[in-house]
Amino acid sequence: MAKIIINREKCKGCLLCVSFCPKSLIVADKDLNRRGLNPAKTKDSSGCTGCSMCAIICPECCIEVYK
Amino acid sequence: MKKIFSRPESLRDVPTHYCPGCGHGIAHRLLAQAVDDLGIREKVIGVAPVGCAVVAYDYWNFDCCEAAHGRALAVATAIKRVRPENIVFTYQGDGDLAAIGTNETIHTANRGENLTVIFINNAIYGMTGGQMAPTTLLGQKTATSPRGRNADSEGYPLKISELLAQLPAVKYIERVSLHSPQEVLKAQRAIKQAFQNQIENKGFSLVEILSPCPTYWGMSPDQAVEWVKETMSKEFPLGRIK
Amino acid sequence: MKKILMTGNEAIAEGALQAGCRFYAGYPITPQNELIAYMARHMIEAGGVFIQAESELAAINMVFGASAAGARAMTSSSSPGVSLKQEGISYLAGAELPAVIVNIMRAGPGLGNIWPAQSDYFQATRGGGNGEYRTIVLAPSSVNEAYNLVQDAFDLADKYRIPVMFLGDGILGQMMEPVLAHSQRLSACSRVNQLPAKEWALTGCKGRNPNLAASFRLAEGVLEKHNMHLQQKYNEIRSNEQNYEGLFLDDAQVILVAYGTMSRIAKGAVNRLREKGIKAGLIRPVALWPFPVNAFTQNKKLKIRYLVIEMSYGQMVEDVRLAVNGAWPVDFLGRSGGGVPTEDEIIKRVLF
Repeated sequence: MAKIIINREKCKGCLLCVSFCPKSLIVADKDLNRRGLNPAKTKDSSGCTGCSMCAIICPECCIEVYK
Repeated sequence: MKKIFSRPESLRDVPTHYCPGCGHGIAHRLLAQAVDDLGIREKVIGVAPVGCAVVAYDYWNFDCCEAAHGRALAVATAIKRVRPENIVFTYQGDGDLAAIGTNETIHTANRGENLTVIFINNAIYGMTGGQMAPTTLLGQKTATSPRGRNADSEGYPLKISELLAQLPAVKYIERVSLHSPQEVLKAQRAIKQAFQNQIENKGFSLVEILSPCPTYWGMSPDQAVEWVKETMSKEFPLGRIK
Repeated sequence: MKKILMTGNEAIAEGALQAGCRFYAGYPITPQNELIAYMARHMIEAGGVFIQAESELAAINMVFGASAAGARAMTSSSSPGVSLKQEGISYLAGAELPAVIVNIMRAGPGLGNIWPAQSDYFQATRGGGNGEYRTIVLAPSSVNEAYNLVQDAFDLADKYRIPVMFLGDGILGQMMEPVLAHSQRLSACSRVNQLPAKEWALTGCKGRNPNLAASFRLAEGVLEKHNMHLQQKYNEIRSNEQNYEGLFLDDAQVILVAYGTMSRIAKGAVNRLREKGIKAGLIRPVALWPFPVNAFTQNKKLKIRYLVIEMSYGQMVEDVRLAVNGAWPVDFLGRSGGGVPTEDEIIKRVLF
């Protein structure tokens, strides 16, 4: 049982987390954040293992991981 | 559930000015994490470069000093000599460390100053708009090598880490990369090691970090990390150099 | 106190150590080499740090780091080397870091030669590097004065958080004269511990918010505000720190103006002119910046003329003309490139 919380206002939408999530649980949000960027969001956190790959590659340090 | 990954105390909770997918944000966090892990936040003094990371001190939550372009290691040498009990590091890009500051870099290393150097190699000048760096690859197009870097007129990518490894006073050099979470974890270990060496008075330690610059490489963040993995790390092989 | 025979270069170095200078970085260049060699011999025993840097650029940036870390820091060089240091001096000024930079001037331009000159007056008094800033500029005229004045230089640097240029020439640097010096060097703990605390210094952020030493101010309006603060500080220095020596100013009708080595030759000329019955006097600026404007505005009622004498082609004369503002005639005599105006040349010009 694990989950991630993405701070969508801090996210710049580089989407490296999307590429590196081994379970493909993260996607680009179609809605813009206040910066006018498409931030990352979790599509489905039920499969999250808390591996933290997304947070480790995140240049903005805007992903928190809970397990 | 317990929080298992969050922002280090040494990294201020403010947005950075870096472009999406830029490696600086990751490197800043790794450095801050190493400072936290070693419990040295109240002892550390960082020296920021001129380049994209010029205001790195806005993001780090400890004492910092500016340095003129290329002079970070001269500044750091003096801080460390005046305050040997503090932990002093420089954070420099390829232009700063391996072009305008080559003299300071080589002589600081040759004196074996007990410093930690974080060297960001992204093969380009980012802050000024994507000009050729000393580490730009052959054939790589930049604002000042529009037909691609040509060895006949612009020379070869400068492998400063390999050069420095020749110096007897240099204790530790490792080249790491930010192109995947696995590589980021290796980079984190290397940075921590470079600080640990200073704490143990071992001498000059440098970590070269291959870092993506999607904006001035003209790539998406995805393509940029792929380019680091497939192209850049062939020219600049990863691993322990000394 | 005891009398010691020393070169000017050595006296500046010893004076700096007495002032609590505990960091020196330099690069060899003639005619200041005795200074770096003296520091190499004596800095370690004073408990400080000596580094022979790889270049003047490295040396001045080491001084930047040492000053940021809270040490009294100094570097020295001669004219072409001081040109290289301008980068760091500008940064020191912008970051408001105290430091002492010694320039034992030689003739230029370019590599010029190693003969004494005063050709770097403009560079020293106008800032020298990029951006608009000032450095306090002090110019001793004897070896003994150099020993004492360099101690004031450190105090002023700390008081105003400003780089101080210490301007001599090759004659002053190389010449040996007796110095009335402290018989013992104060230990690293005595004078250094009496110095005012530097709360802004980089020491590690234990128990306080992080400190930053920087000249970069990118956000809109921030640099302009900082520059206004610098200008206010410079005005304060202009009112507080004018420093000059006057000779026969009460009755002088011809006032010679010269600094450093040149002022000693001018003094000889004043004495010989007095023997001839000519009411000559001398103004010797000790501080070149702030320029001692007050020295020129006191004798309002007298009919006087000024003769400015330099080992350069007319630099300080501009400051004299600004100070007298057209009220009195200002004449000029100067030689450089190795030439030094003689007493005879000065007297001839006065009598002409």
